[in-house]
Amino acid sequence: MNPALMIESLPALLKGTWLSLQLLTAALVLGMALAVPMAIARLEAPGPVRAVIAFYISFFRGTPLLVQIFLVYYGLSQFDFVRESALWPFIREPWFCAVLTFALHTAAYTANILRGAIQAVPAGEIEAAHACGMSGPLAYRVIILPRAFRLALPAYANEVVSMLKATSLASTITIMELTGTANTIVARTFAPYELFVTAAAIYLVIAAILTAALRALEYRLARHQRAPATSTAAIAGDAHVQA
Amino acid sequence: MDVLMGWGGQLLHGTLVTLEVAFAALALGLVWGILAALAQLSRWWPVRQFGFLFTLVMRGTPELLIILIIYFGGSVTLTGLAKALGAASGFVEIPAFAAGVFALSLVFGGYAAEVLRGAFLAIPKGQIEAAEAFGFSWWDAFTTVRLPQIWRFALPGLGNNWVSLIKDTSLVSVVGLEEIMRVSGMATAVTGEPFRFYLIAAIVFYALTTSNGLLVAKLERRASRGERELVR
Repeated sequence: MNPALMIESLPALLKGTWLSLQLLTAALVLGMALAVPMAIARLEAPGPVRAVIAFYISFFRGTPLLVQIFLVYYGLSQFDFVRESALWPFIREPWFCAVLTFALHTAAYTANILRGAIQAVPAGEIEAAHACGMSGPLAYRVIILPRAFRLALPAYANEVVSMLKATSLASTITIMELTGTANTIVARTFAPYELFVTAAAIYLVIAAILTAALRALEYRLARHQRAPATSTAAIAGDAHVQA
Repeated sequence: MDVLMGWGGQLLHGTLVTLEVAFAALALGLVWGILAALAQLSRWWPVRQFGFLFTLVMRGTPELLIILIIYFGGSVTLTGLAKALGAASGFVEIPAFAAGVFALSLVFGGYAAEVLRGAFLAIPKGQIEAAEAFGFSWWDAFTTVRLPQIWRFALPGLGNNWVSLIKDTSLVSVVGLEEIMRVSGMATAVTGEPFRFYLIAAIVFYALTTSNGLLVAKLERRASRGERELVR
C-alpha cells in the first residue's frame, strides 16, 4: 500500500464521485417519475396494460443491468431509423444512454416496491376516503400515495443504495465516474489496491450517508405515531384528569 | 435464416460458463455466508464486529469494483509473491474465472450472512429449551430442530440473493471471462449486429432468472409444507 498515491489520486476520484452522484440523482428522479404512474396503472389499468407493465417490470428485474446498458448504448445504433432520427445526437452520447438505462431500470424496481406498498395500505382507509365522497384520483393523491410512500421507504432505501452501486456500470460505456476514474489510474500506475480500495471507501461513505438520511426521513414521517414528548404528555394527562 | 447467425455453439458454451461461475460462487459464497453469520452471532465482540464489517463492505461496495479489486489486486499480489520466491520474472495473471468466482462468492456471502443470521434468530427459544429438556446434545438440537427451520426461514432471502448472483455473473465479462455477455460482444464485433446479440444474452438471462425463481418458490413450498397456509 502506498498512502501517498491514495492522497495524490483523491482529487481525480472525487471528481469522478461527483459524476457518479449526478448519474444517481438523474436516474432516481426520472425513475421515480416513471414508477409512480406505472405502479398505479399496474393495479388500476385495464388487463392488457397491466400485463405490459408486469412484463416490463419482470424484464428489467430479470436481466442484468449490464445487458440493458449495452442494449441501449451499442444495440440501438444498429438500426438505421434510430441513426436517422432526431434523437440520435442524444442516443450517441454515453451519458444520455447511462441515465436512460438507469432510469428505466430503477423505475421497474421502484414500481414494484410502490405496488406492494399501495396494496399494503389498509382497506379501511381507502373505504373511508370513498365514503367521504373522494373520487379515485383524489383518494390516491391525498390518502393512498402519501401512506404508500411511507410504507415503501425502507425498501426504497435499499433500492437507492443498490442504484448507487449500479452507477459503477457507467464505466463500461466510457463514462469517467468513480469506478471508471479509478480503473484508468490503475491502468497507468498499476496500483490496484490503492485506487480501488479508496474508491470502495468512497462508495461506502456515500452509502452510509444515504442510508442515514433515508432513515431520518422515515423517522420524521412516523412522528405522529410516537408518544409525544414527556412534558406535553404530562400536560395532556393533567387536562384529562381535570376534564 | 439462422437467428443466431452461426454463433449458436459459442452462445451455448457461454451460457454454460455463466452457469459454472454462478454455481461455483454459490457454493463458495454459502461457506462465507455461514462463517460470517457465525461470526455475527459470536460471543466475542471483535469477532462479531468483524462479521458485521464483512457484510457492510460487501453490501456497500459495487460488485464491479469488488471484481476489479480481486482480479487486478490478485494478479499484483501473485506477481509479487512469484518474484519474492524467485519462481518467475514475468507477470502472473490470475484466471478471470477464478477471480470472478471468488469476488462474487464474497458478495453472495455478505448478503447470505444477514439472511442466515436472521433465520437463526427467528427460531423460538422455547424450542431449543425443549430440546435441551429432552436431553438433546447441542449437535442433535442443531441438526434436528435448528437446521430444518433455518433452511425454511432463510430460503426466500437466499433465493433472491441467488437470482442476483446469476445476474452479477455478467460483470465478470469485464475482466475477460468468455461467458454469455462476452460471447455476445464478440459476435457483435464480427457481425455488426449488437442489438440482436445483446437481446439474445438478455433472453438467456431472463430464462435463467425466471426458471430459478420458480425453482426457489417450489423449494419454499416444500420447506414449509408442515406450516399452516395463509388464507387468501
